[in-house]
Amino acid sequence: MTAPALRLTGTARVGGRVLFGPLDLAVPGGEWCCLLGPSGAGKSSLLHLLAGTSGAVTLDGSARAGDGAPLAGRVALMAQTDLLLPWLDLCDNIRIGARLRGTRPSRAQAEALLDRLGLAGMGARKPGALSGGQRQRVALARTLLEDRPVVLLDEPFSALDVATRLAVQDMAAHALRGRTVLHVTHDPAEAARLGDSILLLAGGQIRAVAPPPDAPPRAPDATATLSATGHLTRLLLEAA
Amino acid sequence: MTALRLFLPVMLALALWQGAVTLLAMPPFILPDPLRVAGTLWTSRALLADHAMVTLTEVLAGLALGAGLGWISAVGLALSPGAARLLRPLLVFSQAVPVFALAPILTLWFGYGIGSKIAMTLLIIYFPVTSAFFDALMRPPAGWEAMARVMGGSPARILWHIRIPAALPGFLSGLRLAAVYAPIGAVLGEWVGASRGLGYLMLLANGRAKTDLMFAALLVLAVLTLALHRAVDRGCLALEARRLR
Repeated sequence: MTAPALRLTGTARVGGRVLFGPLDLAVPGGEWCCLLGPSGAGKSSLLHLLAGTSGAVTLDGSARAGDGAPLAGRVALMAQTDLLLPWLDLCDNIRIGARLRGTRPSRAQAEALLDRLGLAGMGARKPGALSGGQRQRVALARTLLEDRPVVLLDEPFSALDVATRLAVQDMAAHALRGRTVLHVTHDPAEAARLGDSILLLAGGQIRAVAPPPDAPPRAPDATATLSATGHLTRLLLEAA
Repeated sequence: MTALRLFLPVMLALALWQGAVTLLAMPPFILPDPLRVAGTLWTSRALLADHAMVTLTEVLAGLALGAGLGWISAVGLALSPGAARLLRPLLVFSQAVPVFALAPILTLWFGYGIGSKIAMTLLIIYFPVTSAFFDALMRPPAGWEAMARVMGGSPARILWHIRIPAALPGFLSGLRLAAVYAPIGAVLGEWVGASRGLGYLMLLANGRAKTDLMFAALLVLAVLTLALHRAVDRGCLALEARRLR
């Protein structure tokens, strides 16, 4: 599996109003790219344009893979809401993609993934019994099990407490190594910790920001990470 | 507590009833008093039970068939938008035809026996079930379907794994309505032509000025309808709760 680059160019509109652009966003193949920006800048819409689920948002331009082949079938999307199906237990929720494609991955695989996300032994529970942070981890497990070369993450760690967040970020960084990841976040510390590259979407324009020099996932308290967090925070303040 | 909540209104109704009989000096063949009806209820219990069983069978058969057909129709319509556009107005139009008017013809087609009553019941509940389920199928909560499409699900599998389970509450609310309507259908059928059932018994008792028996049959029918509604409601609630736990 080779992970293609992503490229989105043009202007996005909602009902005639310009949401962002004209811009040119490029994510190199096999890299983890963090997309930062204030609320309402169009980050989620940008992800949905790439996933082909943009609904009311239209793009005057193109959203495609760098290799020219269609993105459909190569993308896994973790949306901002967890979208867990309340009538299925956690294992079946994680495996819903396979079921929708008519295949049946093993329950053991799903259980192992839950285990790695700190939800060991909870596979038979229904989502209604879970906390927000637990639900978010199940949604992440579902995205990981999709095993796609391109992974689009929309605020995937926002509901987690600090310790869990760091552990789950590490786990995701390792699990998704070598894939093309576009990770939408509004947390500068998260971007400084995880991004191979960091993009800022503000005022309808994209701007690249240099990430810290060492390889992600970076220590949250390393000087370079902290200073990048500070720099990104300053940029977000200026954009607001 | 529940018993008390039920007891007071029932006592009030009985008092009003008895009051009307006493004040207006009604003869028993026009309006029998509650005690007389209670007596008939007891002395004719075998007869009433016999006819109630027939009506109950018709109601349950009609309910099962109507719910099944409604389910299949709604899913069929949801699978094919073209068919939905074509058939939906037809479905609504069918509701504009008073079912009462169809009862004689159903008796002609399905005979004097239980068949025409089941058909009548089915006709009465088919629309609420189909309509409630179809509307729910066409309005899945936002996001689920988009997620399923990104995952590469075919429309049929998305319908089966996401839209149908998500629309189940809609189907169940249709079923709850159907449980109330179903006895009406069966009794209507019996009025038009039957030799058994509570509807037949009421008509017979009325014709022979046995008003007390008519009222007794009416009471049995009301209790039957309430019990059916309660059973279906309880069943639906239990199913919904178990599904999410």
